[in-house]
Amino acid sequence: MSKEKTARHGFEAPFHLAKRDDLKWWQAWLIRIAAIVVALLVVGVISMLLTKESFFKIYETMYRGAFGRLEKGSTVMLWIFLQRTAILLGLSLAVTPAFKMKFWNCGAEGQALAGGLASMICMIELGDKLPYPVLLLVILVSSMAAGALWGVIPAIFKAQYNTNETLFTLMMNYVATQIVKYYLYLEGGGSNKINPVSTGNLPIIADNEYLLNVIIVLVITVLMYVYLNYSKQGYEINVVGESRNTARYIGINIKKVIIRTMIISGAVCGVVGMLLVAGTDHSIDTNTVGGQGFTAIMVSWLGQFNPFVMVIMSALVIFLNMGSGKVTEACGLNSSFADIAVGIVILFVVGCEFFIRYSVKFRHSKKEVKA
Amino acid sequence: MSQKPAIELRGITKTFGKVVANRNVNLVANRGEILSILGENGSGKTTLMNMISGIYFPDEGNIFVDGEEVHITSPKDAYKYKIGMIHQHFKLVDVFTAAENIVLGIKDGKYDLKKSTEKIREICDKYGFDLDPEKKVYTMSVSEKQTVEIVKVLYRGADILILDEPTAVLTPQEIQKLFAVLRRMREAGKAIIIITHKLAEVMELSDRVSVLRKGEYIGSVNTAETTESELTEMMVGKKISLNIERSEPKNPTDRLVVEGLECQNRAGVKVLSDVTFTARGGEILGIAGIAGSGQRELLEAIAGLQKVHSGQIIYTNPKTGETENLRDKTPRQIRELGVRLSFVPEDRLGMGLVANMDITDNMMLRSYRKGKSMFLHRKAPKDLAERIIEELAVVTPGTSTPVRQLSGGNIQKVLVGREIASSPKLLMVAYPVRGLDINSSYTIYNLLNEQKEKGVAVIFVGEDLDALIELCDRIMVIGSGRITGIVDGRTATKEELGILMTKTTNESAGDTNE
Repeated sequence: MSKEKTARHGFEAPFHLAKRDDLKWWQAWLIRIAAIVVALLVVGVISMLLTKESFFKIYETMYRGAFGRLEKGSTVMLWIFLQRTAILLGLSLAVTPAFKMKFWNCGAEGQALAGGLASMICMIELGDKLPYPVLLLVILVSSMAAGALWGVIPAIFKAQYNTNETLFTLMMNYVATQIVKYYLYLEGGGSNKINPVSTGNLPIIADNEYLLNVIIVLVITVLMYVYLNYSKQGYEINVVGESRNTARYIGINIKKVIIRTMIISGAVCGVVGMLLVAGTDHSIDTNTVGGQGFTAIMVSWLGQFNPFVMVIMSALVIFLNMGSGKVTEACGLNSSFADIAVGIVILFVVGCEFFIRYSVKFRHSKKEVKA
Repeated sequence: MSQKPAIELRGITKTFGKVVANRNVNLVANRGEILSILGENGSGKTTLMNMISGIYFPDEGNIFVDGEEVHITSPKDAYKYKIGMIHQHFKLVDVFTAAENIVLGIKDGKYDLKKSTEKIREICDKYGFDLDPEKKVYTMSVSEKQTVEIVKVLYRGADILILDEPTAVLTPQEIQKLFAVLRRMREAGKAIIIITHKLAEVMELSDRVSVLRKGEYIGSVNTAETTESELTEMMVGKKISLNIERSEPKNPTDRLVVEGLECQNRAGVKVLSDVTFTARGGEILGIAGIAGSGQRELLEAIAGLQKVHSGQIIYTNPKTGETENLRDKTPRQIRELGVRLSFVPEDRLGMGLVANMDITDNMMLRSYRKGKSMFLHRKAPKDLAERIIEELAVVTPGTSTPVRQLSGGNIQKVLVGREIASSPKLLMVAYPVRGLDINSSYTIYNLLNEQKEKGVAVIFVGEDLDALIELCDRIMVIGSGRITGIVDGRTATKEELGILMTKTTNESAGDTNE
């Protein structure tokens, strides 16, 4: 008997992990907030070591990078911050219904670019042919349709042939980029560039070129929240994502849900593309979306697929991006510094999920009980 | 028996939480002998073998190899003691060849595939395996894959071979081939342990039989000195009285008529053939059988979840007397036809419920489509959730608790409660008391009896023969996808059911354990 015990103790780890189900929602959020705070501290300390500046100096610089000189009444940087946050948030919202369905839409980049291209074509081709309100409507509808088309192609293949949607949506990004390149070649003549077009621009409200974008994305946020949590379709998305078998069992048409959801996901991407092209740049190039479609995947996860949390998360990511960009500039660091800062925060935020799901229990030296 | 046992187990006990998988099991396997481990589902056969092969570690008891006490803490240890297990589900890399799979993970010496292939050929010649070492696994038949698994453990020098339900996936011809190989290995002095529930094979192949029942070791007998009926009795045990109330069916009428139903699985293997029966309102029809004999496919075919190859499924609406053929209809179409069908599937969290959703949202699964609005109404499902929690005494912090956090019994109450709430006319339940404690089990039995008294046609797939005999009006036995008999629940005996369960017809393609 004693021999058996030593044998068994030989491979016992000093601690073990236990699943925990008893965590209250606010406790979970406390852990998450704590993780972000710790991550920001770590970013600060690392920056200190790299730049030899003081901790507060670093964060002051970051603050400047993201918000500019607010105290002097300059809101230019703040609005750029809000605009970038809105675009990132919009793309994050777009991929969320697909993700909730466990359809890994990595094609937000291409879907937004397709939407943007549709806007661009409408602006150039129809700009002087249609009355302004009609033109706006045509731009909106065509960019949504283009985004939806880019999203639904992988969905149809997934539904019919169970192809891998991650690869498919990724590949579609390259196709979109190449089409835009070709269009630039066609329209830009030798320069491969399109000068800003003045027709079909989204209206400027309150003298602020970014305000409309921000408002539209906030409206999408609320709509998406309601759609995911209170609509029958949102419920179906959830059931399909959680368990295909259950969906089959209660008679949900899984193929239909996949296709429908990707149309919505792609269409929202298309709207964001429109905001970028018709609302901001008034032009297009292959880098118009600028990788935000991939960052959006991360934001959607960080926000736990909750649109309102995603507002905070996209703001945080943009803050770090712009802020550490400024630190880089001010202290002459390598341009990768911004990515490192964002990476550290993500590591902590994702890492803390582990401690929300599991508790680490250390083994106490128990007295041996005689069997 | 003067030989020294190749492997001996003494007083092995293994528990998982509150569930005792093995209690005080003693077992001896000698060299040059084929030992069968016989037992029903859940009798602890596989758990026991997993302890020998190093996947689990026993809570109590000792294992001896060649008379020496050993501690097998990993599959690697098992190989050290020359124990090799051939699992029911093959563990092979599809894109590798047989030889590559066989040498995979062996760390001694250089990786020399040519030399290994030669050694594999030697093994094949010695025991009469029919195997091409250069063939890729994905091009192989099930039987060839099994051969690879067996050669794999022999290559590692195994002297004690454990085969978990080796015949489950084979055709009769392949079974004969396997038996021939096993006999040759026995002659070569290996100890062979076979886990099975097929009596005929036990009688044909093995030298001795050890029987387990509900985790307990019942005894060992020499095959030559026993009969099938003696083994059946050891396997199913004496009748235990459960005192479930059973009322007489009140004017039973035909509710569901299944005729000549045939289904195939994805690989094109018949999983149901020529299934014909009638389920009547006001009656509980039990379905007994070894797990994987086609019970799941049968229920899923009726529910519109399994493709039907041929046959009819006719439902009679008790109000109007109209009949509907449910064949080739989706679950939604069935519902829209006005068929009041409720189904408690075997896989509660994987099919019947959504584990991460709360109780209210799970209540909605059946009813969320109601109404024209595009938005959900959570009021009615929430009321239903509260009612079920109260009436069935579900232990939960509240209606907004995800069902995965509930215990097995409470999960089942939520599921059965929801299915009964839609006032079905036909209720199908698969293994509704599996993993439940006595009290929860009785709650479920009572619910089924209530439904029966309301005139519902209840189809109850069970594994506990005692419960089937006490609860059901009629018991249909299914074996290898065929109906092997329908008996009266009031007069049936466990032995009778046990024999029907293990009866295999010659033309059956073998049952599918997926």
